[in-house]
Amino acid sequence: MSVVTIERKVLEKNDALAAINRAAFDRHRLLAVNVVSSPGAGKTTLLEATIEHLKDRLRIAVVEGDVQTDLDAQRVARYRVPVVQIVTNGGCHLEAGLVAQALDRLDLGVLDLLIIENVGNLVCPANYDLGEAMKVVVLSTAEGDDKPLKYPGMFRRASVLIINKVDLLPYVNADVDMIKRHARQINPALVVFEMAATTRTGVAAWCDWLAAEVAARHA
Amino acid sequence: MHELGVAAGILDIVRQHVPVSDARRVRAVRVRLGEIAGVVPDSLDFCFGAIVAGTPYASAFLAIERVPARGRCGGCGRLVEVSRMQWVCPWCGGLGLTVTSGDELHVADVELDDTVEVAL
Repeated sequence: MSVVTIERKVLEKNDALAAINRAAFDRHRLLAVNVVSSPGAGKTTLLEATIEHLKDRLRIAVVEGDVQTDLDAQRVARYRVPVVQIVTNGGCHLEAGLVAQALDRLDLGVLDLLIIENVGNLVCPANYDLGEAMKVVVLSTAEGDDKPLKYPGMFRRASVLIINKVDLLPYVNADVDMIKRHARQINPALVVFEMAATTRTGVAAWCDWLAAEVAARHA
Repeated sequence: MHELGVAAGILDIVRQHVPVSDARRVRAVRVRLGEIAGVVPDSLDFCFGAIVAGTPYASAFLAIERVPARGRCGGCGRLVEVSRMQWVCPWCGGLGLTVTSGDELHVADVELDDTVEVAL
């Protein structure tokens, strides 16, 4: 037997493409956020609320990841912002190469904020850097307060946690303080917002924070 | 669920280091897989078998080496096993663990069978 030494990261190709995306975002002083959650946590509603709140202050575009449909892109397009749909055809996460193809269809030079909505999945998207400045993880109260401990990979890599659907708290078995405690156990630096995106509760605080992050890129 | 893509990535890397003319000699592909890398070893093994089947690399199999998850406590600085820590330091109760190992997803090396005749 002889041995061929290799010592390479399996995801190095994705990481290299993510670095190219990141360089493009930096060149255009564009803030790119990668929004992740389980299916149905409210990512698209968060996008709608965010765009509605910020579209007069910031130039926004959206990249939509979906396993099968362009339903989310249709929802977001109603807000008259550029949207590019990526259909993964069963793929459980976005990869940097797919995002790079989507970027070819956007004029990054005229944008302040790019929101990438990942495929609904709290596991796989954690491993794939897309070149974003930050991951924003959305967790809805109906999912239960133990989820940060069950999916630590995602919570560890996220910069922001949005606890969504707080309007459902009277009806579900979840404790917001427990969600925060569990999430910060894994990642003490997490910035946390409480929200009910459908009723726009808590949206302003998140949007002001996001706008400040965008402004910091232009400083 | 993304193990199929990971398996394809592993085969890609092997192809770059072992030319097709040597493909039939490939035996173990040693992969270092961290405990918290988010990849299921059995699924990866299954997917790799499916990916190499019908290719010149069909004799290759994965030798998966698990890397335990460890991290340094942000409070007391001790190195702790992540599973024991449950994200809270058992020594000082501190939070803010910096993971030092357990994220690995690397192709380490490939073993070639020197007794297999290869066409020149």
